[in-house]
Amino acid sequence: MKNLLIAVTLALLIFGFYQAIYVAPEEATIFYYHVPSAWTAMLLFFANFLASIAYLIWRSPKSDAWALAFAEAGVVYCTIVLVTGPLWAKPVWGIWWTWDARLTTTLVMWLIYVAYLMLRRFSEGQQTATIAAALAVFGFLDVPIVYMSIRWWRTQHPQPVIGGGQGSGIAPEMKFALFANWAAFMAMAAMTCWFRYQIARAEQEQEHAAALESLKTVEVH
Amino acid sequence: MTLWAATRANLIKDLRLEWRSKDALNATGFFSLLVVVIFSFSFEPTAEEARRIAGGLIWVAFLFAAIIALNQTWARELRHHVLDGYRLSPAPASALFLGKALGNFIFVAAVEAITAPLFIIFYNLRAVGDASLLILVFLFGTWALVVNGTFFAALSIRTRNREVMLPLLLFPISVPAVLAMVQATTFILTGDDSPLLWIKLLIGYDVIFTTAGLLLFPTVLNAE
Amino acid sequence: MSVLLGENGAGKSTLMRIACGLAQPSSGSVTLHGTLGYMAHATMLYDELTGMENLSYFAQLYGLTDSACIAAISAVGLDPALARHVRDYSQGMRQRLSLARAILNEPEILLLDEPFSNVDIASTSQMAKLLGELRDRGKTLLVITHQPAALSKVADEYIVLREGRITERSRTLTEVWA
Repeated sequence: MKNLLIAVTLALLIFGFYQAIYVAPEEATIFYYHVPSAWTAMLLFFANFLASIAYLIWRSPKSDAWALAFAEAGVVYCTIVLVTGPLWAKPVWGIWWTWDARLTTTLVMWLIYVAYLMLRRFSEGQQTATIAAALAVFGFLDVPIVYMSIRWWRTQHPQPVIGGGQGSGIAPEMKFALFANWAAFMAMAAMTCWFRYQIARAEQEQEHAAALESLKTVEVH
Repeated sequence: MTLWAATRANLIKDLRLEWRSKDALNATGFFSLLVVVIFSFSFEPTAEEARRIAGGLIWVAFLFAAIIALNQTWARELRHHVLDGYRLSPAPASALFLGKALGNFIFVAAVEAITAPLFIIFYNLRAVGDASLLILVFLFGTWALVVNGTFFAALSIRTRNREVMLPLLLFPISVPAVLAMVQATTFILTGDDSPLLWIKLLIGYDVIFTTAGLLLFPTVLNAE
Repeated sequence: MSVLLGENGAGKSTLMRIACGLAQPSSGSVTLHGTLGYMAHATMLYDELTGMENLSYFAQLYGLTDSACIAAISAVGLDPALARHVRDYSQGMRQRLSLARAILNEPEILLLDEPFSNVDIASTSQMAKLLGELRDRGKTLLVITHQPAALSKVADEYIVLREGRITERSRTLTEVWA
C-alpha cells in the first residue's frame, strides 16, 4: 500500500513535470503548479471540514486524526499557492500582489487554518479534538463569506481587470498538462495525508498508553 | 427551564458581576481612549482624508478593545469552578453562551458609545451620507465581533496561552465582518456609495455565526 | 452515609466528577438512582455576589424560586439577608454556602468532596452535624475526606479506594485502619 502510493505519486509527478516543461506552451510554467495546488488545498480544507463534522457526530479519534492530517497538508498546499502566486503575478501583471477575490480568499483561508493548527498545538488532552472540530466548522463557514465580501469590495473599487475568467482561453494541451499535474498533486496529498494520519494515530495510542501508565504509578507509591 | 429564562439569569448575573468588579469596562474604556489619542497624532488628516480613514481606524480600535473585554469573560466562570456548577444544572448550555454574548455586547457597545464621540471630536468628522445608518452598522458590527469572540474565548480558555489565542482565532474569521463594518462606515461618512449592501452582509454574517455558536457551544462546554 | 477514603491520586475526586457527569470515564459507567447534588473541592460560587445572589442565580437555572434559596441558606445555619459578598466570607461560611448550593434542588443523593478542607475545628464539627441531619432526613451521602474521624458519629460505612479500585469496605473506622 505504502510503496504503491509512493510509486504512483512519483510517476504522476514526473509525467506532470514532463507535460508542463516540454509539451505545453512555454509561457508561465508556474501556472501548472500554482493552480493544481490551489485546487488541492481547497479540497483538503473541505475534507478537514467533513472529518471535523464526523468527529463531532461520532467522536471517533480516527476522524480527528484525519482532520489534523488534512489541515496540515492543506496549509502546505495553500502556502505553495501564496508563494507561487506573486512569483507568477510579477512578470505577467507587473505587480506582486493584488487584493483580488481569489488571492485574498486564499490568504484568509491560510490564516484561518494556521490559527486552527495553533489552537491544536496549544491545547492539551481529549478536549483538543472537540474544540478544533468546532473551530474547523466556523472556519469553513467563513470561506464563502470571505470570497463574496472581497468580490463586492473589489467591484466597488474598480481596477484594471486582471486575467480572464477562470479557465478561459486555455489551449487543450495546456489543459492536459494542468490536469496531469493536478492528478500528481492529489496523489501526493493523499500520500502525505495517509502518512500523517498514521503518525497521528500512533501519537493518540501513545498518549492513551501514557495515561494508563500514570494510573499505574499510583500503585507503586 | 426555558432558554430565555436561563439566558436572562446569565445576563443579569454577568451585568451585576461586571458592575461590581468593572474588570472589563475600565480596561477596555481606557484602552480605546489610548488608541484614539495615538491614532489622532499618528495621522493628521484633512477633513476629506479623515472621512476616508476614520471608518478603518475606529473599527480597528473597537476590535482591539473587544479583545480585552472578551479575554476576561470566561475567567470569572473558571474561578472557583463555577462553570461546573452550571454544567450540573439542567439549564441549556446555549443559554450560557447567549447570556454572555449579550453581556459582552452591552459592555463593548458602552465603550463604543464613549469612544465614538471622541473620534468625532479629534477628527472633526461630519458624515456626508445618512448618519442614522451608522447605528445599524454599530449594532450589527458589534454583535458580529462579540458573538464570535465569546465563542472563541471559550475555546481559548482551554489552551495554554489563553490571552494570545483569542485574537489569533478571532481575527481571521472576522475578516469579512470587519471589511463590511469599515466599508459601510466609510460610505456613510464620505457619501460615495450606498452602505446597504455591507449592512446586509453584516446581518447575514451575524445570523450564520450566531446559529453556529448556539449549536456548537454545548459541545465545547462539555469538551472535557 | 458512606465515607470514601484513599490516598491522594487514588481516584476519589475523579470518581465523583464522573458520577456527576462532569468527566467522561474511559470505560465503564455509573448508575445513580435519584437527583444529584455535588459539593466540590472548589466552592462553585462567585466572589462578587452575596450568598443570596449566588443561590438565587443557581435557583433560576434549576427553575426554582427564591424561597428555595432561603430554605437552603437557613438549613446550613447562615443568614439569607447577609449583604456581605462571598469574597468576605470566612472559609467555614463559604463551605456552608457551598453545601447550601448543593442541596438547593433537594437532591436525593449528595456527593461531597472534602467538605472539611481548610476549615477550623468548630466549623468542622458544625459541618459534620449538618451532614448528619441531612442523612437523618433520608438523603444518601457519599463523602470524600481525609478526616474520617470527624464523621465517626454519623457515618454508616467506610470505603477505601486504592489505584482506582475498592480495596476495603467496613462498618467502622477501626476495621478499615486495621
